[in-house]
Amino acid sequence: MKDMEEGYITEDGRTIGGVVMEMKNITLRFGGVVAIKDISFDIREGEIRAIIGPNGAGKSSMLNVISGFYVPQEGEVWFRGAKRPPMRPYEVARQGIARTFQNIALFDGMSVLDNVMTGRLNYMKTNLMQQALWRGKAEAEETENREVVERIIDFLEIQAIRKTPVARLPYGLKKRVELARALAAEPKLLLLDEPMAGMNVEEKEDMSRFILDVNDEFGTTIALIEHDMGVVMDLSDRVVVMDYGKKIGDGTPDEVRNNQDVIDAYLGVSHD
Amino acid sequence: MAQTQSGAAGMLSLPALLERNAAQFGDRQAYREKEFGIWQCWTWSEVKQEIDALALGLINLGVNEGDFIAIIGRNRPYLYWAMVAAQSVGAVPVPLYQDAVAEEMAYVLGHCGARFVIAGDQEQVDKVIEVQDQLSNLEQVIYLDPRGMRKYDHHTLHQYSHVQDQGRAARDEWTPDLEERKAKLTYDSTCVMLYTSGTTGKPKGVVLSNRNVIESARNSADFDNLTVGENILSYLPMAWVGDFIFSVGQAYWCGFCVNCPESADTMMTDLREIGPTYFFAPPRVFEGQLTSVMIRMEDAGALKRKMFHHFLEHAKKVGGKILDGKPVGMMDRLKYKLGDILVYGPLKDTLGYGRIRVGYTAGEAIGPEIFEFYRSLGINLKQLYGQTEATVFITVQPDGEVRADTVGVPAPGVEIKIDERREIHYRSPGTFVEYYNNPESTASTKDPEGWVATGDAGFFEEGSGHLRIIDRAKDVGQMADGAMFAPKYVENKLKFYPDILEAVLFGNGRDRCVAFINIDLTAVGNWAERNNIAYASYQELAGHPKVLQSIKEHVETVNASVAEDQMLSGCQVHRFVVLHKELDADDGEMTRTRKVRRVIVEDKYSDIINALYDGSSQISTRTEVTYEDGRKGSISATLDIIDAKVVPVRPQSVAAE
Repeated sequence: MKDMEEGYITEDGRTIGGVVMEMKNITLRFGGVVAIKDISFDIREGEIRAIIGPNGAGKSSMLNVISGFYVPQEGEVWFRGAKRPPMRPYEVARQGIARTFQNIALFDGMSVLDNVMTGRLNYMKTNLMQQALWRGKAEAEETENREVVERIIDFLEIQAIRKTPVARLPYGLKKRVELARALAAEPKLLLLDEPMAGMNVEEKEDMSRFILDVNDEFGTTIALIEHDMGVVMDLSDRVVVMDYGKKIGDGTPDEVRNNQDVIDAYLGVSHD
Repeated sequence: MAQTQSGAAGMLSLPALLERNAAQFGDRQAYREKEFGIWQCWTWSEVKQEIDALALGLINLGVNEGDFIAIIGRNRPYLYWAMVAAQSVGAVPVPLYQDAVAEEMAYVLGHCGARFVIAGDQEQVDKVIEVQDQLSNLEQVIYLDPRGMRKYDHHTLHQYSHVQDQGRAARDEWTPDLEERKAKLTYDSTCVMLYTSGTTGKPKGVVLSNRNVIESARNSADFDNLTVGENILSYLPMAWVGDFIFSVGQAYWCGFCVNCPESADTMMTDLREIGPTYFFAPPRVFEGQLTSVMIRMEDAGALKRKMFHHFLEHAKKVGGKILDGKPVGMMDRLKYKLGDILVYGPLKDTLGYGRIRVGYTAGEAIGPEIFEFYRSLGINLKQLYGQTEATVFITVQPDGEVRADTVGVPAPGVEIKIDERREIHYRSPGTFVEYYNNPESTASTKDPEGWVATGDAGFFEEGSGHLRIIDRAKDVGQMADGAMFAPKYVENKLKFYPDILEAVLFGNGRDRCVAFINIDLTAVGNWAERNNIAYASYQELAGHPKVLQSIKEHVETVNASVAEDQMLSGCQVHRFVVLHKELDADDGEMTRTRKVRRVIVEDKYSDIINALYDGSSQISTRTEVTYEDGRKGSISATLDIIDAKVVPVRPQSVAAE
């Protein structure tokens, strides 16, 4: 485990900065069910942080706490040096956190371009009337935002489907469009909920490449949940392992891989 | 500030033509590329600045005269500029096929001893780095797209725009050198070196001089009256001689505009947006478009479908004649006009052919029906016959004399003779200088008088004077009974069916012919969908009894038509097999330009060929495949062998004559 205050340098030479987000003793309950129990960990600037664990371990709940969708009963969320009060998701988005969903949540009838444009919502300042008339400021604003979106489309190599309605796309491409939309928000922290679920090997390789490129090119801090252990170990700088709502491991992929509790959780040992 | 305004006589190199274009057409658009959803444009004078900056940067990096600079990537203006920048500094550009796997690349880079590589993106750079150890001459790599490249060791790696920046910064230091190097270029300096795709053996480096390229460009541009106003879409591999002539040679000679698509996948959309006036495509592009039009029409409403077929029928009757300027009745003309408004016009627009003045297809034979289809719509599609060693042009079809089964008359400045073995020989201003570092091959291909053997067998048709190609001369063989064996003739007939992608005929020295067939996944997949036939893989679809049945029908129809040809009636297909995988360039079974490597296929699938001849009804086989990233795997399959009906022919003693 790395405790250096100032951050660290990864094996491939990337500089990881200080802590951007810190979860302090988070406990989340749904009625009598304890989904997350007293978990603390941090996410550092510029790193790829994975949250892994068997089914029902509480990973998605954790991601929903980070994204502000769930408010924990106990514990504190610190973001960029300040304690975060309970917030609505749109307020969290304004803080610079964007996410993708496990079950793709795109606007099916809209084109890829329009879907990605919705990611720019927080950068649009003109009102409905101005946009409807599409004069002066509104037009300039759209051009400006379209340019950002086009760069993302280019980056994720989805030019060929720019005008295609999302409903007509295969699953792997939809996932990529979702990533594009999240990137359009130019997030400080990007949350990916199982970005590779249901993909074949080739699609997984593509997606891994894009995640690494996003991190490298834009310096985006990424927190992701993933089932595929191989992918997680290759991609991430540090990994949090959860099981039954508890944190059972935290560290570099190598540290986690050799952690007995983690091995037990994955290989199956009776919980008594 | 060198003021070397060259007159018409001084245009002896591409950099000199660039100079002229910048002076004469300075404000006209020279290049367009769609990026970030917008067509980015450069005028000739901007292009000159870009190329000069890169050339200065190359000198700054230490490029010497006579160095080879390999250029690898998809069609982008920057890479076209790199070729001319290389020429400007006295180096030789060597464009490579971008889909080549690392080992293929290693061979070419090693063979020419390239000191510099200019690569399109990370993928290409990775391939070069992978084989770097084998390349003692390679010193520096320049890349265009910086994406993903940040963490690489940049000691010998440079970003394209940075090289240009350094060139601009060093303008004072290197401009005199650059001008001096440009001034040294003559009509006989090497313009470009292109590697042949190599249907047999290793690729050979074809050296083309400025004379070859500029004369060929001028002659062909005059032939088709190409002007500065043309627009072309450059999407075919940059390593292919055709692309070099159209997108560089003719573009520089005429000063017309070269448009590059956004990505390979958007080619069709970009084609439509640009609406080129001059267009070039191998038959498979036209086939693919026709298939997709027909499939989409099946989904159209009943009225539209009826209208489409009705007017298409009419176009078939008179469209070609109208295009050729032959007499057609008044009523038929009027009806064709109406059809143009209702069907042909919109259809051409959708395909991106609305503005085409001249279109060419070459590389392979095109199906007569496909060819006629496009011509009947009023698209002036023509055929030409050529090869790298001729700087493309050997024969072309003049307007008004276009037919599906010939390749036209000798191109301007080209002399042709046919030897006793029917092999075609030519001599022209475009005749290549030599094969690089390969005097034996040069000597065996080009004789001292400059005649080049094409390796193709053909004959001039009585009356029209048009050339007809029979087959590759070395593929033309004899069957056991002495009858002529010309596989291409039969294969083409088979390939004209939309559901057959590829066919390979065997039978040289044997008593009867057998064939391999590859199904076309798009066409057969669509048919399967329509008929509710479920399949999980290419292999399963290829082995489906109904697919086999329909292929069998095609083969039998082809047999009947082959039987009518006295000379070739022995080439009927007795038995065939539908292969479990597509023949692929990555597996070495085809060239990068998608020509079948017969010997390799014959060797690799010898077990299947044996089964075709020994009468067995099934064959289990295991085939090695190479994935795109170079890894290898294998697939196994049990294939049904199908007997096809043949039309009995009277045994011929020896082929006619």
